[in-house]
Amino acid sequence: MNGIHDMGGMHGFGPIAPEANEPVFHEDWEARMFGLRRAMTSPRGFTIDRFRFLRETMPPVTYLTWSYYEHWYFATAQSLLQAGMVTIEELRTGHAAAGRPKRNDAMRPESVEAAATRGGNFARAIDAPPGFAVGQAVVTRNLNPTGHTRLPRYARGKRGLIHHWHGAQVFADSSARGDGECPQHLYSVMFSARELWGADAAPQDKVHLDLWESYLDAL
Amino acid sequence: MADDHLHHEDLAGQVPSDPALRIKALESLLVELGLVDPATIDAWIESFEKRIGPHNGAKIVARAWVDPDYKQRLLANGAGAIGEMNLLGSQGQHIVVVENTPIVHNLVVCTLCSCYPWPLLGLPPRWYKSAPYRSQAVIDPRGVLREFGLELGPDAEVRVWDSTSEVRYLVLPERPPGTEKMSEAELASLVTRDAMIGTARIPSPGRTR
Repeated sequence: MNGIHDMGGMHGFGPIAPEANEPVFHEDWEARMFGLRRAMTSPRGFTIDRFRFLRETMPPVTYLTWSYYEHWYFATAQSLLQAGMVTIEELRTGHAAAGRPKRNDAMRPESVEAAATRGGNFARAIDAPPGFAVGQAVVTRNLNPTGHTRLPRYARGKRGLIHHWHGAQVFADSSARGDGECPQHLYSVMFSARELWGADAAPQDKVHLDLWESYLDAL
Repeated sequence: MADDHLHHEDLAGQVPSDPALRIKALESLLVELGLVDPATIDAWIESFEKRIGPHNGAKIVARAWVDPDYKQRLLANGAGAIGEMNLLGSQGQHIVVVENTPIVHNLVVCTLCSCYPWPLLGLPPRWYKSAPYRSQAVIDPRGVLREFGLELGPDAEVRVWDSTSEVRYLVLPERPPGTEKMSEAELASLVTRDAMIGTARIPSPGRTR
């Protein structure tokens, strides 16, 4: 979706302001939200792509005023609301309504290490051969879906070169919709900074994006 | 899903405005529903406060500096070479390592969210997740580097890596001069998080930047 999250190339957000000796978490509630997200039982069919998409559906003003782990709160709460697992009233009070069944299959602490070190492989084998070869010239499609996409606005309709083939991976756009993994070939595509930003960019500078095959056409 | 927009207009306005209260309420509720074990929350926090952080990425960098064969494997197949050192993990199974040289400077960003190689660098700093960095890194990387005190010459080539898939990027910084006699462990202690994101160089030991 063409949301506020898609901020590559925007102006006016001010200085970056790195913080010296920054702690991993600034507040206890940030740590709790991080741990909660990683530890909790998610609704059936929930994926990391769905999680990202729900963050993108935050109203723009909330997106810009809530901090990172508050985004996690929003997407988590939203996923539970949409699955009918909680109500707004329960989120407000922190207590389950009378008669709600209680589950007993939550992740155990001893599973954390394995999940942290082994989780999250998105590579998939597919039958179709890759449609593009390294070095080939491509142009990104001008796609404006209302759902999740990993093709940012600044890189639509732009000419680039296939820099590397990553193999096939889960297609984020499908996975976020709940339409399954629909794996596609994934490429690192190299764009000149001038193609993306015009003549003021340094002629030798480059921007690389990882793009799925259905974002691309041969040039 | 047809109900994507069902609640979002009012969610923020209907839950406690203080994030500490809001998140406490969510945790209490999920504990009551049996959807989370608080001890598992503690374990995740501890794992990222104590065990997983930039010291992991620093080990990879130091190994690449002292072992040319390892460096070659690392640049050709990042995940394979990092797997040799048992440092792959969630948010970092697919890793590409990009090398800084006197004429090429790499910079990593995620403009759409905040993708970051967790197993190698831990959780991202606040600035990496912020709108100023995410917006500026792709359009004005040289300006970003200047904000971090790094001025690139006009001949240098800047390569920005926007993390738009599950592939995560790690910058292999240049080994600073004056480190020829240092051990691998000593070298690892010089490597900073920002150098592995690409917003810093590693200064020679004993010199100020």
